[in-house]
Amino acid sequence: MAFVFPAFAYIVALISDAVLIFFSIFHVIAFDELKTDYKNPIDQCNSLNPLVLPEYILHIFFNLLFLLSGQWLSLCLNVPLIAYHINRYRTRPVMSGPGLYDPTSIMNADVLTTCQREGWVKLAFYLLSFFYYLYGMIHSLIST
Amino acid sequence: MNGQSCTYSDSGNGTPTPSSTSYPASLSSQSSRDTSPSRLQPNLNHINSEKSLNSSGNYMNYKSHDTYTNANSVYGQIYPDSSAPTNRATVPPYISDTSNDINQSQRLGQPQLRPFTTSSQIISSLGSTVSKPVYSSSHLNQITNDQKQFGNQYSTQKLDSVMQPKASESNLVKNHETMPTSNLAISDYYQGYTQTMNNPYRQENVLPNQTMKPEQQYHAQTQGYQVQKPLISPTSNPYMNSVPQDSQSYPQSPAEAPRSTYQQGYYQPPTSSVMSGRPQMNLPMTQSRSLDEPISSGPPRTNVLGIIPYATEPATSQVARPKLPDGGGYYQPMQPQQQPQQIQQQQPPRVAPRPPAPIKPRGYPPPPYQQYPSYSQPQNNAGLPPYSQTMSGGYAGYPSGDELANQMSHLSVSQLGFNKLWGRDTVDLMKCRDVLPPTRVEAPPIRLSQEYYDSTKVSPEIFRCTLTKIPETKSLLDKSRLPLGVLIHPFKDLNQLSVIQCTVIVRCRACRTYINPFVFFVDSKHWKCNLCFRVNDLPEEFQYDPLTKTYGDPTRRPEIKSATIEFIAPSEYMVRPPQPAAYVFVLDVSRLAIDSGYLRIFCDCLLSQLEALPGDSRTAVAFITYDSAVHYYSLADTQAQPHQMVVVDIDDMFVPCPENLLVNLSECLGLVRDLLRELPNKYRESYDTGTAVGPALQAAYKLLAATGGRVTLVTSCLANSGPGKLPSREDPNQRSGEGLNQSHLNPVTDFYKKLALDCSGQQIAVDLFVLNSQFVDLASLTGVSRFSGGCIHHFPLFSAKNPHHVESFQRSLQRYLCRKIGFESVMRLRCTRGLSIHTFHGNFFVRSTDLLSLPNVNPDAGFGMQVSIDENLTDIQTVCFQAALLYTSSKGERRIRVHTLCLPIASNLSDVLHGADQQCIVGLLAKMAVDRCHQSSLSDAREAFVNVVADMLSAFRITQSGVSPTSLIAPTSLSLLPLYVLALLKYIAFRVGQSTRLDDRVFAMCQMKSLPPSQLIQAIYPDLYPIFNINELPLVTIGEDQVVQPPLLHLSAERIDSTGVYLMDDGTTIIIYVGHNISPSIAVSFFGVPSFSAINSNMFELPELNTPESKKLRGFISYLQNEKPVAPTVLIIRDDSQQRHLFVEKLIEDKTESGHSYYEFLQRVKVLVK
Repeated sequence: MAFVFPAFAYIVALISDAVLIFFSIFHVIAFDELKTDYKNPIDQCNSLNPLVLPEYILHIFFNLLFLLSGQWLSLCLNVPLIAYHINRYRTRPVMSGPGLYDPTSIMNADVLTTCQREGWVKLAFYLLSFFYYLYGMIHSLIST
Repeated sequence: MNGQSCTYSDSGNGTPTPSSTSYPASLSSQSSRDTSPSRLQPNLNHINSEKSLNSSGNYMNYKSHDTYTNANSVYGQIYPDSSAPTNRATVPPYISDTSNDINQSQRLGQPQLRPFTTSSQIISSLGSTVSKPVYSSSHLNQITNDQKQFGNQYSTQKLDSVMQPKASESNLVKNHETMPTSNLAISDYYQGYTQTMNNPYRQENVLPNQTMKPEQQYHAQTQGYQVQKPLISPTSNPYMNSVPQDSQSYPQSPAEAPRSTYQQGYYQPPTSSVMSGRPQMNLPMTQSRSLDEPISSGPPRTNVLGIIPYATEPATSQVARPKLPDGGGYYQPMQPQQQPQQIQQQQPPRVAPRPPAPIKPRGYPPPPYQQYPSYSQPQNNAGLPPYSQTMSGGYAGYPSGDELANQMSHLSVSQLGFNKLWGRDTVDLMKCRDVLPPTRVEAPPIRLSQEYYDSTKVSPEIFRCTLTKIPETKSLLDKSRLPLGVLIHPFKDLNQLSVIQCTVIVRCRACRTYINPFVFFVDSKHWKCNLCFRVNDLPEEFQYDPLTKTYGDPTRRPEIKSATIEFIAPSEYMVRPPQPAAYVFVLDVSRLAIDSGYLRIFCDCLLSQLEALPGDSRTAVAFITYDSAVHYYSLADTQAQPHQMVVVDIDDMFVPCPENLLVNLSECLGLVRDLLRELPNKYRESYDTGTAVGPALQAAYKLLAATGGRVTLVTSCLANSGPGKLPSREDPNQRSGEGLNQSHLNPVTDFYKKLALDCSGQQIAVDLFVLNSQFVDLASLTGVSRFSGGCIHHFPLFSAKNPHHVESFQRSLQRYLCRKIGFESVMRLRCTRGLSIHTFHGNFFVRSTDLLSLPNVNPDAGFGMQVSIDENLTDIQTVCFQAALLYTSSKGERRIRVHTLCLPIASNLSDVLHGADQQCIVGLLAKMAVDRCHQSSLSDAREAFVNVVADMLSAFRITQSGVSPTSLIAPTSLSLLPLYVLALLKYIAFRVGQSTRLDDRVFAMCQMKSLPPSQLIQAIYPDLYPIFNINELPLVTIGEDQVVQPPLLHLSAERIDSTGVYLMDDGTTIIIYVGHNISPSIAVSFFGVPSFSAINSNMFELPELNTPESKKLRGFISYLQNEKPVAPTVLIIRDDSQQRHLFVEKLIEDKTESGHSYYEFLQRVKVLVK
């Protein structure tokens, strides 16, 4: 049992994934607040937008580690989400700052439900992958 | 969260304490939300609150305004509500006398206007349906057995919620004024129904087995036709076949004979012998008593004891329709002396190329709400009046009535008749060329069940829904393939509006709905909210009727009687003292702007309107001009003349001095005038080509941030310096629209949007006047108006040398400056549980799921909302939408205007489709298509249009059996939809193939988003009238004037004759098109010249001639101009003129290089219909 690079990648992924889980919980809560009128869309967008890029970067970062360590299966599992993220950011509304959410269009019921669903799906994905990374970490620690 | 939004957290005096400092979820509002059952609203206005601390100085004057709120103490004045400064004359409670709103005046106890009885109703039910209870409790005693002869076979039929048309009453009274005998002037179908009221022969026909309790029948609903027909006066009967009104109600009758017999079948012998033959003026008092009741054309809603209505209302009379053998037997002889008059009235000359239209005074004065009969009046827009087939000449493929009859031979003749009568008529679009009705298309009536029949309905001009019958489930809505949504014009200028001032505004405790005519009174102390169904207490004072000074009957309150009402809000509805009217004018003085010459026109116009600016003694104004720098003008009253301050550092805008920039208008009137006189001279020569639009807007924002108000930005070239700089990105090769890059329709920067959101937070709206001669990137620039509740005016290629441009600019500006304005407003749309608002369209910022923030609201702004059905609505009868607009009037009063729309539920597809409101659908579609253009692409949006038509026709085909595959059957309620969609496809916003400047396209899209429905329809499908035979056209009396009423023509070149003169009205321009073969007499009588060639081809006004033709034409034009907020300019175009294209491009039914003709379009749709 040795501490190898794949194991390191999984450990980083595990920690990052925990952070991502928090991000998506925050996301879900924020949209729920919007839906129930507790928050103003301008404020809400101001608090959500700065978190978008860190989330994406974090996710891409540990996948980069997977790539370098040759964890193809883990990478494959994450590639669709990376692609989705890139596309999402590419098609974001015109805005000067970073972020995705535009206070003028976010109250549209379609956008609101899409974002909320996105939050839940990502939360589930991160949760599942958390356990997978845990398994992957132990597996790579044991197998070597 | 009610439309009014603001949690009240200060004592309402001059020094506001902010209730919170963050945007919505202030602690206070949140906690109160938790503790109280009511759904408190996040504090809307606390955006202001930070500023309001600083701004308290601006409210020094505030207290002085309290004086008038007290002038009329308790409640119930009715002010004439128009854009003109409000006439504050104190009016006795409930009383209004300024208009023809009969509804009001009758309710206000002027029974002598109606010395006849309310009519009873004959309710006929068509076969195989189930009947519903009907009102007319007071007439039960008159039921006789006569009815047994008909229709026992129709027993237990459900009546649809068809009501007596209150509408007719207004006409009715008009008739009275002119001809006291009243059964006259039946020049339209509404008036046809008025006869039901005038009819001295009250006829109630009730099937014995149908006199069951309402409740019982209520639940026995099944599908099917539900018909109910008011008695049509026998006196008019013999002429029915020839009068236009008839042809409206019974379009395309296959044969005249069956129709007439069928109608006659309605006329039951009088059942009350007391009444028969007696002139109505002599009616016994007992009979006319019910007239004293408000607007009810049926029995009163409340009984004498003041107990409320519908729960206890006895069952009613119903009549089954005879099977129409020959109906003569039922036919009641009429009072002979009335016949000749009717003939004159009802038979307009037939020489017109189109049938003389049934005339309804439209819009001028605005029709009272009740003009829309709740009742089977035409959805048959498409129904071709029988004679128009023969008269409109030259339509070869037109089917005769017989062919139509054959086509529908699976229907019995009677059913066909009834279908027509109840708007269930269908039209074969492939065969029927004349789908357009001869008069303007009206909104379909809303047929509520009878307990609401005497509630005033909200005017369709103000509030309408795409479906007048809401599908009960989402799947049914999906099946109908129609969009569900409402269009609302909340701040429309109204001639008559009840304004109420009271200490407690009665609202539902759970959902904060305002009490409205459609609530249910559980008992005299409780009411049940019609949106959330909570039972609420009724405050003691609500039972007090100030008119009679009695207690006990809440239904007499104006809140219960009128679906549109305005409250003067108590201080709970303010988060800070009402703001003063504050206007900042930001004027472009760069080189291009000066070249266009607008500045002098603008300043002159403003100068003349300075006193007319809405506001009170606190009204403040400021002026900013900009080129590559921003110029402020200090107007301190200590100075002898205005003092200019130039800020060259535009990257970080600041306000050079703290005061004297935004000055009190009345105190500095002289200086303001000096400035306005001086400005055009000062900038006569300007060589600065820079335009710092962004910095100038920031400057205006900084000036107004403390108070809120209105910024008027005039710009004429692309913003090219400072923040908010825009690149010139229009690609002329994309003007055709085919390869249009979707990103060009979207803003290139979010600078203007962010600025708009900041403005919206400080209650500032930015209105744009764009007078460009080149690309200004409206797509980016309009963001500042779109999200701050502003409005956008566009004058492409403006030049002060063109009198036509000048005139339209002046008129728009004049209207803009003088119209009513509401500050710091919010609008909330509530809807019955189970429905939710999906998307909003218009100029505003959406603050929460059902709340719009409108820093300013203007009377010309329309809004659209898409609605989705979340839950099944099977267990309720009606759904309601309530829009509440809370605003600060220019006089510093906080007011709430509430509109309530109530719609019945439909359970089957054909009801839904037949109840569709095509104009409203088109209005909503246009808004959705604009969104689609922004999100995906123009071609997508165009495709979606075609699909909507195809889907609608496919959906309707499902409901029809045995339709021949060659036909394209549409319900009459939707027969114009393909035409309108074609018009949309060729409208500037969505057209392809024709060179369209990007700015024009973007502006047209903005218009689609914010125009009220009637103007929108007129913009896409202008009205075309023949006017060369003006002497033969029928006249209609509107107000005091007689106005000709030409029939509407289809927009097709085949309707244009070179010997004719035509008038096209698209809402902004009236084009008079002169054919080259006009007879000299026409040239003389209209234009005062001997021949066509002598007509000046550059005329912008009709010469004022003394000929009757010219007078009539000018009367007609001024009528058209008066009914619009901004009077359209007149353009006279000879058919050999270079401007001919202006006219020809609007003939949208013709084939163009790039667009289908109407027939081709139908062919294309037909392929798609499955």
